[in-house]
Formats: sequence, structure tokens, C-alpha cells
Amino acid sequence: MAHKKYILGVFDDEEEVMHAVSDVRGQGVKIHEVYSPFPIHGLDQALGYPRARMGVPAFLFGITGTTLAFLLTFWTLGWDWPMNIGGKNFIPFPTNIPIVFELTVLLASYGMSFVFFGMEGLSPVAKPVIFDKRITDDKFVMAIELSKNSASEKEIADALKGSGASEVNIKEI
Amino acid sequence: MAHKHEITSVEETFDFSPELKKKFLIGGVIGLVLIAIGAFLINAGIWGPEGFAGGAHEAAAHGAEAAGHGAEAAGHGEEHGSGATLLTRIIANIWMNSVYFLGISVIGVFFISYNYVAKAGWYTSFKRVPEAFPAFMIIPAAIILVLFLVPSTRHMIMHWTHDGIMDPASHHYDKIIASKEWWLNMPFYIVRLVVYFVVWYYLWTQIRKNSLLEDAHGDIEYYHKSRLYAKYFLVFFAVTSSTVAWDLSMAIDTHWFSTMFGWYHLASWHVAGLAAIMLVVLTLKSKGYLSGVNDSALQDLGKLMFGFSIFWTYVWFDQYLLIFYANLPEETIYFRERISGYGGRYFAPFMISLVLNFIFPLLVLMARGSKRNYTLLKLASWAILIGHWFDFYQMHMPGIAKDQGGIGLIEWGTTAVFVCGFAYVVLNQLSKANMYAKNHPFIEESLHHDI
Repeated sequence: MAHKKYILGVFDDEEEVMHAVSDVRGQGVKIHEVYSPFPIHGLDQALGYPRARMGVPAFLFGITGTTLAFLLTFWTLGWDWPMNIGGKNFIPFPTNIPIVFELTVLLASYGMSFVFFGMEGLSPVAKPVIFDKRITDDKFVMAIELSKNSASEKEIADALKGSGASEVNIKEI
Repeated sequence: MAHKHEITSVEETFDFSPELKKKFLIGGVIGLVLIAIGAFLINAGIWGPEGFAGGAHEAAAHGAEAAGHGAEAAGHGEEHGSGATLLTRIIANIWMNSVYFLGISVIGVFFISYNYVAKAGWYTSFKRVPEAFPAFMIIPAAIILVLFLVPSTRHMIMHWTHDGIMDPASHHYDKIIASKEWWLNMPFYIVRLVVYFVVWYYLWTQIRKNSLLEDAHGDIEYYHKSRLYAKYFLVFFAVTSSTVAWDLSMAIDTHWFSTMFGWYHLASWHVAGLAAIMLVVLTLKSKGYLSGVNDSALQDLGKLMFGFSIFWTYVWFDQYLLIFYANLPEETIYFRERISGYGGRYFAPFMISLVLNFIFPLLVLMARGSKRNYTLLKLASWAILIGHWFDFYQMHMPGIAKDQGGIGLIEWGTTAVFVCGFAYVVLNQLSKANMYAKNHPFIEESLHHDI
């Protein structure tokens, strides 16, 4: 696998990294990702990430669950072996609701989880990429992939330094 | 931080102008006039329930027959009859609105209490709004007590208070009701009501007092004290929110009982209270107050409205499904009365309640953007408030007003009186203190709330 070259700007403070994100992006540099020990409010907007459209898989999986549950109750209780429960109709509407509700929620939540795992590349065998061990402690790291940018290595390093990075490192992964 | 919030001053007082006061007073008078006109029109037989005055006796007989069937099914003697009159309908309206507005008021202190206990910060910017709600509690509480203490109105509302109904020697004797005497007896009932109202009100005054002292002196000690009273309130309300539901609403249909009822009643009160908080906050914002309440705080409040609308539906449906499945006559009578009883007059409120309280908030409040859109939030708040009014209407009316129930000038008038009274008392209370809890430890967090 070809190695990718990343330029890492290390910051000491979340305020600084927030300013640096808009600063560096303003100079036309594409940021790979920003790593932080804790969530920073407004960072996704500053990085220009689009809203996660988790609603789409949630709806699709949910509606699948609804359909399956309706078919299941209809087929088992009303079609394949009609069952008389308390003298009611074979498919009384209210009795379906709990199963329909449960299967909808079940498929929607599992579906969303697995879509999320897939999109984020999370699995038991996945090897996490850690650019700098200090991001688990007190440092904030902005990673920039060199090949995705037209600017040279030095220009990017200067841009990072100029926007307040305390150190700039190179890492090949 | 990404968003530089322009923090407005936390020194702000609400000016409850004499013109505004006058408007609410006029609104209340209009409500009273509507009740009078409505009563006159029904009495004159011009507009009102079929067969009340003259003419359509057949329709009345038909309605009574339908009610009789239900009554029989519940093992209910024919001898009690319907006996509802125009006055019953008016009294039923006053009772129903009192219970509804009592709930919205007490939810103010409930909301503050659970947020205190959770050490939540997000709501602090509009904390004074729910804090003002319980000031109105006195009025519906007094009305409820008066209506219960006066024998004639008591008999209209609570079937179990009739003389001799628990006396085996009397021909009014009703075995099922008599078996509930340990809970439904006059002294215990009155003591219970007084205890609910006094304790709720007292705990609110303590929370309020500490909140105002915090404004004045800014010591953290007041926060801890408020939190202590909030804990007392939650423990007390955990039990009394159910028992008050049995006493004020479930006891009307004396034979019937449901183990889901306390939750269902609380869910209805709670979501209506949240909608009322939202509506007051949005109205104040549109008048230029509370600019420190940001969109994130409103989105969180909108989420609670959305979530508890679903919760209400969940409990409502559970109650329905259990009764539907078991199919026991003494339980199904409750839904029979509402769906097809008394000539089907309660079917529309029953369905309107479901649509406004479930389908409407589900569709309108689901998206993130709509919880940040003031117009949609206002629309949803009104829908929830009206929807839960219908919910309480269909809880109380079939048991009290029976074949005299309807939706007309009397209902609009009574509701107008209560809405104006509520708005007057709450805004008056709001004008007595700073609009922000300015020395609350979480006020900064709340002003910067960002989700």
C-alpha cells in the first residue's frame, strides 16, 4: 500500500485550533481531519462538513421493519393459520401496532449503527490511525494530506505555523 | 468558539402595561358573556345539544338509550339515569378547565424541579417563565375545592358522592362503588386534595423564594437550597401526580379504573405545560424580551415537546390496547362512551385529540430545522395545547355532562376565561422579578448553549 504523507499541525488550545481551521481553509488548504481530546462545539461547521444524513438510512431501514412486521403478523395470524383470539377479527389493527413498532425501531437502530460503522470504517479488525499520541491527552492536531493539496509541503507548514501551531510534524502512513 | 454569541444584558424586567392588563380582563369578560349567550341559546332551544328544550324528544330518548346500554354493561343500575342539565355542562366545563390549567401551572414547578435535580443548565435563560406558572395554581385549586364542597355541584361531577350509594340498605346501593369506599370517601378525598395543593404550592414558593434571593445576593447556597426543595417536590409529585389523576379525573367514571391512568394524565399535563412554556417564551421573544434564549435552547425545548407527545401517545395507546385485548365490559365502557356513546357526540373530540397530540407534532416537530423555526414551533405549541384541551374534554365530559355535552359558546367562553386568567397571573408574576435568573450558576452556560 502506497504511503500517504500527512502534515500535522499541533495546537495547544481549542480556541487556537478553531481559529486555525478557518485561517488555513481560508488559504485554500484542504484539511484531512482535526483530532481533539474532547468534542469542540462548532468544529464541524468550521471544517465545512455537511450534515450527516443519518435520517436516510433510518427511514429506509425503519420502513423495511414496518413492512416486514405487517407482513409477518398478517401472514402468520390471518393467512397461513388464521387464529381466533378473543373473537376478534383475524387482523385487528391495534394488535399489530406493538410488533410493527418494535420491528421498526429494531431495524432502524441496527441499520443506522451498521451504516455508521461501515462509513467510519469501524470494525473489530480495523487498525486505528493515530497521528500523534498526545491527542488523547492535551494536544489538538490538524492533519493535512499532502497529495490532496496543490500547495507544497513548505507552504502548508508555513500556513500552519502562521496560524498558531506550536509544532509541525510530518507523518507517513 | 465558532459562534461568537452576542450576549445581551441579563438585566431585564417585563413591563406588564395597564393596556395589556386591560386586554386580558376584557378577554375574560368576553368569555363570561360567551358562556351567558351560549347558555341562553341552548335554553331557548336555538343552538345546542339536540333534544334539550322542546321538540326533539326522540333524539334525547335515543341518546339516553345508548347511555343506558353502556350503563347496563358496566353493571350500573338504570335508576341513576343521565340527569344531566345545562348547568351540568357549565359545571363540567369549569371543572375540566380547572384541572387542565391546574396541570399546566404545576408543570412549571415540575419542569424546574427535574432540571434542578439533573443539574441541567440549558434551560436557565428562560427559567423565570416556568417559575411564574405555578402562581396561577391557587385559582383552579380553589375552584376545584369549591365545586367539590358545594353538595349540588359535587353530585353533578362525582357520581360516588350520591347519598346512600355506599349504604347496603339504600336502594341507590352500588356494590362496586361501595368497594372503593376506603379511597373514595369524603373526608379522605378533601384532605387529599388540600394536601396536594398546599404542598405543591408551598414547595414552589420555597423554590421561587430561593431563586429571588439568589438574584439579590448571588450566593451558591440558594442553588443548593432550591435543589433540595426540587428533590422534595419530585418525590412528592411522583406519587401525587398519579393520585391526583385518579381523584380529579378517573373518579368521575367511578366504576371504571385503569392502571395506566396516572401516567396518561401526567403525560397530558406535562406536554401541555411544555407547549405553554414554549409559547410564552416565543411570544416574549417576539416582543423583544429574552433575546438571550438562543435557538439551541428552543430546539431542546422543542425536542421535549416532540418526545413527550410521543410518550403521551405511547401511554394512551397502551391503555387502549390493554382494554381492547381484554375486552371486559366494565373496561370497554370507557371507550364505548367516547366513541359511540350519547349519540356519538364525543367521537370528534376523541379523534381530534389523537390527531393534534400525536400525528401533528410527530410530523411537524421531527426535523431539526422545524425545532428552530419560530412559526412552526408556535404552530405546534398551539396544536398541542388545543389537542390536550380536547384530551381533558373527552376525559371529563362523558362522565359529567353525559348527553348534554357539546362544543359551543359555553366551551369557548369558559376556556377564554381561563386562558386570560392564566396569562394575567403568569405575566403579572413575571413582571415581579428580573427576566433572567441572573446569578444562577448556570446562566452563562445557558446563554452559550450550543448543540
